[in-house]
Amino acid sequence: MIGNAFHIALREIRRNVMRAFLTVLGVIIGVAAVITMVTLGQGTTQAVKNQISSLGSNLVMLRPGMGFGPRSSSAGVPNFTVADVTALRDQIHGIAAIVPVSSTSLSTIYRQNARSTSITGTAPAYFGINNWKLARGRLFDETDLRDGSAVCVIGDTTKTELFGTEDPLGKLIRIGKTASSSSSSTTTTKETPYSSTFQVIGVLAAKGQSGMGNQDDTIIVPLSALQHRLTGRTSARNISQIALSAEEGANSERLVADITSLMRSRRNLHANEDNNFNVFDTRQIAETLSASTKMMTTLLAAVAGVSLLVGGIGIMNIMLVSVTERTREIGIRLAIGARAREVLLQFLVEAITLSCVGGLVGILLAFGLCVLLARLIDVPFLFDPKINLIAFFFSAAIGVLFGFTPARRAARLDPIEALRHE
Amino acid sequence: MNAPLIRLNGITKKYGVGDAAFQALRGIDLTIARGDFVAVMGPSGSGKSTLMNLLGCLDTPTTGQYLYEDIAVEQLNADQRSLLRRHALGFIFQGFNLLARTSALENVELPMVYRNIPRQERHRLAKDALATVGLADKFANTPAELSGGQQQRVAIARAIVTSPSTLFADEPTGNLDSKTTIEIMEFLVRLNAERGITILLVTHEDDVAAYARRTILVRDGLIATDHAKP
Ligand SMILES: Nc1ncnc2c1ncn2[C@@H]1O[C@H](COP(=O)(O)OP(=O)(O)O)[C@@H](O)[C@H]1O
Ligand SMILES: [Mg+2]
Repeated sequence: MIGNAFHIALREIRRNVMRAFLTVLGVIIGVAAVITMVTLGQGTTQAVKNQISSLGSNLVMLRPGMGFGPRSSSAGVPNFTVADVTALRDQIHGIAAIVPVSSTSLSTIYRQNARSTSITGTAPAYFGINNWKLARGRLFDETDLRDGSAVCVIGDTTKTELFGTEDPLGKLIRIGKTASSSSSSTTTTKETPYSSTFQVIGVLAAKGQSGMGNQDDTIIVPLSALQHRLTGRTSARNISQIALSAEEGANSERLVADITSLMRSRRNLHANEDNNFNVFDTRQIAETLSASTKMMTTLLAAVAGVSLLVGGIGIMNIMLVSVTERTREIGIRLAIGARAREVLLQFLVEAITLSCVGGLVGILLAFGLCVLLARLIDVPFLFDPKINLIAFFFSAAIGVLFGFTPARRAARLDPIEALRHE
Repeated sequence: MNAPLIRLNGITKKYGVGDAAFQALRGIDLTIARGDFVAVMGPSGSGKSTLMNLLGCLDTPTTGQYLYEDIAVEQLNADQRSLLRRHALGFIFQGFNLLARTSALENVELPMVYRNIPRQERHRLAKDALATVGLADKFANTPAELSGGQQQRVAIARAIVTSPSTLFADEPTGNLDSKTTIEIMEFLVRLNAERGITILLVTHEDDVAAYARRTILVRDGLIATDHAKP
């Protein structure tokens, strides 16, 4: 009987394809919208996660400054000291590695090429903490740090800008105070009293453009070399940033709290004073960001779900019209011996068939849209069979839900009156 | 003949309730033998269709007993009456009542769909039935592509394809010209004679009633006269 009802339903749909299409247009759009929203939302979440993990998955950063965001200020706020780094390493549990970071922007010259580049002085563990991979050459080590060797590791962009296609390994670049000819183009470059020549010993693998700016335009040198050869050791408070990685499985909230309280006491803050430093935990940032993209996805999917529901009402509408139009047909079927439940089944199956076909078309449409839009907004396209299945079953359920009222109306017709219907 | 096919006892039918109520049948007693060919006549509004609908198990009486074979029809619910119609009764109507935009073959197959007869078998029986009514070359035509007489023959094929024991025909020739009327009536006579199908026919034309073996005259919801041919 169901097979027959299905057969009749398909014939009804084929009899008026245009009308069937308009009937299920709402379902098609609804299903496509839900799948597209969820798929792109998941892609966005993945893109955010990828970016964060390129920074270092359990990276914690300390920076001097008051408050967050646009109202933050670092003016007049003291930097950190190397002693802060030692204290943190010795007193806080859950730190896998910790390094001082001192960054500045200086002019760099290789032959005719001169440009301003961010120079970071730090310790060897910095590379691991920040998830830097070596492309060529070697990283500097503890010996280089102890000796203050004039060696540097350069980012991919810096390599291209300074060396073009030339092999940079072993080449010397000049960093720091420069001749006036190049300073015109590098207006932001800090004029330091020193300048020095550094040998390129390694090139980092590109991390790619991220939301945080181009990380690949960088030169990394031993902290001691930066201090002795470039910036000069003006005071002990010359550490602009502390970077550390949490141990695997460490409670990052607890870690951040411990670090905060130790640093407060080391910076002599009273209980009623605000922090004059910030602690960023990439894992927390990642969680916050992916939680908010997930919420956004859910919200958009819910809105799309409403359109699917509205699509169901479209089906009900046309099915009710169809029952009225086909009253005489129903009368004939009843007269020759169809039972009410068989008439009900026929119309229900028709509604479900319609909405399922709509669901399938919607899935195809969503696939196309996702491929297109994912490319457009530059997020990965992650095909999720689950949401496709859910959307399909939801459209079938819409057919049952909104097909039932018209089907019951058909089934309740009186055969004599239905036959008399014009 | 042995036991009668149909027995009506004190059947009444009232439409509506209260002041608006209308007593369409006022007490019908009737016995119809298996294999009979009965014409029901009477003025318009006298209750012929009401009586036919009750006999055809499309409706239930307000009071009275209706035995079809040994089934107490007045006690059946709608689904049980559907099953009785499906298995024992056939109908043809004044307005033909074929499914529009549906081929003659599919129209004839329709009752077998509800009998769960396999597709192949359905095709074969439907073609046989259409051949019997002389439409062997019109399988694929839809009602709109057939004349009135041809449509009524498709309707007859649909009614007899399940070999019903009784065929109900409410003014089957009402929309047909006299030549086609004769064709249809001669066909019904043959069905009655050759297959032993009991036929109950409503008409207001004496010419049509003349084909029947027995003529019942209904007036104001009562049987006025009841004549059988010798
Ligand atoms: N469903 C109904 N509701 C109310 N009155 C009806 C209904 N069906 C028939 N009648 C009335 O019952 C009477 C008999 O109708 P019917 O049996 O159709 O007459 P006939 O077929 O002899 O012309 C008529 O007066 C008609 O108006
Ligand atoms: Mg009538």
